[in-house]
This record gives sequence, structure tokens and C-alpha cells, in this order.
Amino acid sequence: MSDNSSNSAYWSANVRIILISLVIWALVSFGFGILLRPMLAGISVGGTDLGFWFAQQGSILVFLALIFFYAWKMNKLDAEHGVEE
Amino acid sequence: MSQFAINLLFVGASFALYIGIAIWARAGSTSEFYAAGRGVHPVTNGMATAADWMSAASFISMAGLIAFTGYDNSSFLMGWTGGYVLLALLLAPYLRKFGKYTVSEFIGDRFYSQTARIVAVICLIVASTTYVIGQMTGVGVAFGRFLEVSNTAGLLIGACVVFAYAVFGGMKGVTYTQVAQYCVLITAYTIPAIFISLQLTGTPIPALGLFGDHVASGEPLLMKLDAVVTELGFKEYTAHHADTLNMVLFTLSLMIGTAGLPHVIMRFFTVPKVSDARWSAGWTLVFIALLYLTAPAVGAMARLNISELMWPNGGIEGGAVTTQQIENEAEYDWMATWQKTGLLDWEDKNGDGKIQYYNDKNADLQAIAAEKGWEGNELTKFNRDILVLANPEIANLPSWVIGLVAAGGLAAALSTAAGLLLAISSAVSHDLIKGAIAPQISEKNELLSARIAMAVAIVVATILGLNPPGFAAQTVALAFGLAAASIFPALMMGIFWKKINNTGAVAGMIAGISVTLVYIFLHKGWLFIPGTNSFTDADPLLGTIKSTSFGAIGALVNFGVAYVVASMTKETPQEIKDLVESVRIPKGAGAAQDH
Repeated sequence: MSDNSSNSAYWSANVRIILISLVIWALVSFGFGILLRPMLAGISVGGTDLGFWFAQQGSILVFLALIFFYAWKMNKLDAEHGVEE
Repeated sequence: MSQFAINLLFVGASFALYIGIAIWARAGSTSEFYAAGRGVHPVTNGMATAADWMSAASFISMAGLIAFTGYDNSSFLMGWTGGYVLLALLLAPYLRKFGKYTVSEFIGDRFYSQTARIVAVICLIVASTTYVIGQMTGVGVAFGRFLEVSNTAGLLIGACVVFAYAVFGGMKGVTYTQVAQYCVLITAYTIPAIFISLQLTGTPIPALGLFGDHVASGEPLLMKLDAVVTELGFKEYTAHHADTLNMVLFTLSLMIGTAGLPHVIMRFFTVPKVSDARWSAGWTLVFIALLYLTAPAVGAMARLNISELMWPNGGIEGGAVTTQQIENEAEYDWMATWQKTGLLDWEDKNGDGKIQYYNDKNADLQAIAAEKGWEGNELTKFNRDILVLANPEIANLPSWVIGLVAAGGLAAALSTAAGLLLAISSAVSHDLIKGAIAPQISEKNELLSARIAMAVAIVVATILGLNPPGFAAQTVALAFGLAAASIFPALMMGIFWKKINNTGAVAGMIAGISVTLVYIFLHKGWLFIPGTNSFTDADPLLGTIKSTSFGAIGALVNFGVAYVVASMTKETPQEIKDLVESVRIPKGAGAAQDH
């Protein structure tokens, strides 16, 4: 198995992308939407504050962006490491 | 034409459409029946998965729970969408590469253990049955309203229809039927929301209208809503009142649960390529988000409309709606229709000929009540689950819109309920009986046991649905908690930690689901039988953690136990480590194999 090292490089690159994405995932929902909402109270959005927007809409939009970003990034990574189908 | 006839027409026409498509598509290929999604474009697959996943909880129940609670119930919105991120990043591509059809097969192979497979199947059955109870609650509400009978009669009729629908067929498995169901469902949800958004904010896009200005007052809609509800003594709509720890855990439970539900995960096993599994998850969320971005607007706008209908002369000073208005004016017709279901009720307690709707637990309002001679809140019952279905009537929309919503609500509830029944029956007959107990069973008996399992499941769900442990979305949330505590950790560890061996995984799943199930039963009653609970969610056993939020703790227990047990027992064999390696690399994924 000569491609073992390449495979493990591919896997650690993948894990890194996943970790970064999950940090953003947690930040917009648990962070901006719930725990950090008081800190965003000063930024008003349509009659309420930014935290409310993240909790009810913003986080969903970021989730969408994250999944498409991951799919695009991983398809590129597959090709770089020659592991695409 | 009466509203009743219009409803029947819309419901009948939509069912004729699904059945027509099912017959047309089935003639084309029989393998589609089992392997929905094979060779289907990611966009189409995403739309079908969205229809499969969005049930009575999303369609009928969720906006009502948000409407009456406000910000605190944002957990449903974040939880049921955020799970797709976990699914797309942590599970879907690898399960597709693995290339079998069911979740329990992956767990059985990865943990090289028949026991692991059986434990997974049992976890799936427990979670799915709880899920069906929630669906039956929604089905009861929908049928009760549209056949204009009591909620109980509606539930019993609904149960027969669901059973027939599930037995009639793997029609559920046909992707194009689900695409049609999605189209009906999303149109039915969005059209009334657009009308209402135009009425209240002048914006045709409800998601933008929510943060727009209220036309009548010129203030931002949410500010107006806050003012209206606080005047009646209710909590400010946009403010954070819930316990923060519980809210975080609840959101997390719903997210992890979404990524652990078998009927969603299965759809990603059968897309043509690993890269398609990644795109499919994204497209699924696009189609789900169309409803989820609209739902908070539906909730907020309905709350405003209801408050203003009950106080039609500009708040408390102008005086409440009179019983005469409710009886005679067309815009109050919905109240009489919903009263028949037993889910909405009012009573003129102080006999002043008016119905005062306010929070009679609020001290300020009690003072006003004493002064004005009110004797408590007179809108005595408003079941949260009726809000979405009643919404077009509350906003006085044309009767065809009401018929459309009827069709959409039934599409959502029936498709998911029938799909879950199929999943339960195949888990019992294929995975449990044929896979473990009696491998020699004849095909005829396997089919028979599938039917029996389905009948038992629907009877159990109907009995428990008569006295549900909560509103539809809350019961469904319990099911997500159970899936979160059992399936998701096993799948994730199976892919990301080679160290986790068979004993670890089995111990983890058993610990996770047991502790969660016990916690739920302690709060909701053993087997959900009312009166057998020792605690309530208002005053839970552990701090502020409600039974609906416990799935996240159950998942942690699962991870912890699996890790500890695995590090004390025999190492994972080399061939399994190689299997995990190969699952991680997209290259060489063949077509999904039949079992």
C-alpha cells in the first residue's frame, strides 16, 4: 500500500476542514443564537436584535453555506489527492 | 361549494396525484421500490428526502409552538436544520462509500457483531415508534378538522388511512411521489404565509416580512408583537426567558437526533457517488430551509392576528371581542369549526358577553382584571397544534387556500407516518427475524411478520396518541432524543475512531438509549401512560434539564461508555481497521449492494 501516507494526509486535511466547519456551526447557533446573544443585543435587526435573527434565520442560512462549502472543498481535495471516484 | 367539500376536493386530488405517479413510476422499474434514490440526481434526491423528513412536527406543529413561546422555541428551527451539517460532514459520504442499504447493516459490519446489529435495530424501533406517536397526534388534529369530527374520531380514522397507505405500498419508496408530496407540502405552507405577510407587512416574502414593518402601525412587526403580547400579560415574544442550559441541550439533541434517524440516513446510501452524498445533504437542507425560514414568520404573524382578533378595538382599552361577534361575524367562523374538534374552547366566565384573552397568572393583569371584573382568561383552550391548519382561516384567506393547507398537512403527516411504519416493519422482519432469530424463514412468512409488525406499531401508536406525551413536535423531539443517544454516536465513532470495538459500541448504545429512555419515562410516564411519571418537565429530576433535552446527555453517556469499555477490551481486528480506512476514502466506491 504505497498510497498510505497520501491517504492519511487526505484524512487529516478532511478532519481539519470538518473541525473548522463545526466551529462555525456551533458559533452561529449555540453562540450567536443563544449564549452570545446578550453581546449582540446592541445590533438591531427589524425590531429586535441580531441574536434573535441568528436563532430564527441566520443560523439556517449559515448551515446551508457550510454544507455547500464542504462539498465543494472536499471534491477539490479528492482530486488533489487522487482519491476521487 | 362548502369549505368541507373544497377541503375534500384538494385532499382527494393530491392523493390521486401521488397514487397516479406511484403507478406510473412503478411500471418503469421495480428496483426503485426498494432503493429509492439510486441513480437519482442530487437535487431530486434532496427534494424527496425533504418530503420524507418534514412531517406533522415540522408542518403542523412547529410554528404553533414558536407562536406561543417566541424566541425560546428557536431550538426547533436551529436543531432540525443544524443536524444536516452533522449528517453531511460526519456521516453521509462515508456511509455511501460503505455501500450497503441500512444503518443496522453498517453497525453490524463495522462492529463485526450480530449483537451490535440487533441492538441497533432495537434502538431504531424504539425511536421510530415514538416518532410515529407524534405523527399520529398530528394526523388526529388534521383529520379531526377536515372531517369536522372530534380529535379522537379524527385520530382513529387517520390511523386506518395511515395503515392502508403503508400497506398499499412502498409507494413511499418511489422518489417521484415524494417529489410531488414536497411540492404540495411547500406550496400549502408558503401560499397562506405570503398572503398573511402581504396583509401585515406588505412584503411578499414571509421571511423578510418577519423583520419588516407592520403596515397598520408603521412600527417593526416584532416590536408591535412584543407590545401587543406584553399588554395582555404574556412574555415578550423576542426575549430570552428559557433556561439557557436546557435550551442548548435541547437544540443539540435535535441536531444529533436528525443525524441519527434511519429513514433520513438511508437516503444517502443510495446516491450514485460519494460526492453526490455531500451535495444531496445540501440540497435536502435547501428544500427544508424553504419551510424553516417561513415557519418563524408564520408563528409570529399568527400570534399577532389572534391577539388582534380577540381584542379587535385596539388592545385592552377598546374592550374584548363579544360572544355575538364570535357567533355572527365571518372572520370568527374558524373558532366554531375548531371548537368541534375539542382543541379550541372559550367560556364567558364573568358573563359580560365578551371573551377576555389574557395571561391570568400575571400580577399586573390580575390587578386590571380585578378592576374590570374579569374572572380569568376566557379563551380557555388553544391547542398549539391547530395553529398552522387554522392560520388561513384566522387570516380570513380564500377557501381554496384552506383546502390547500388541508392537503399539505395530510401529505406531511401521512408520508412520514407511513414511511416510519415501513421502516419499523422491515427492521422487525428483515433485520430482527430473518437476520437473527429465524434465518430460515420463508419469504411468505417474512412478509407476514412485516405486516404484523406494522399493525402492532400502528395500534400502539394510536393508543398512545390518544393521550400523547405532548404536542406533535414535542413527542417527535423525544424520538430525536432517543436517536441521538443511540445511533448517531455509534455511527460517528465507527467512522472516526478505529479503536472503538464491538463491546464498546454495544455497551455505549445500550447505556445511551437506556438512560435516555428511563429519563423520558420518569417525566412522561412509563410507556407514556399518563399518571405513571415521578417528575414533570416543569420540575425535572436533574437541574433544569427537561426530558426533551436529555438526548444530548444520552449521547455523551454513549460516547463515554463506549470509549471506556473499548479501551479495556480486546483491540479492533486488522480487517476492521482496513474497512474503516476504505470507508474514509471515496475512491473505489461501487454501486450500493443489495442485501
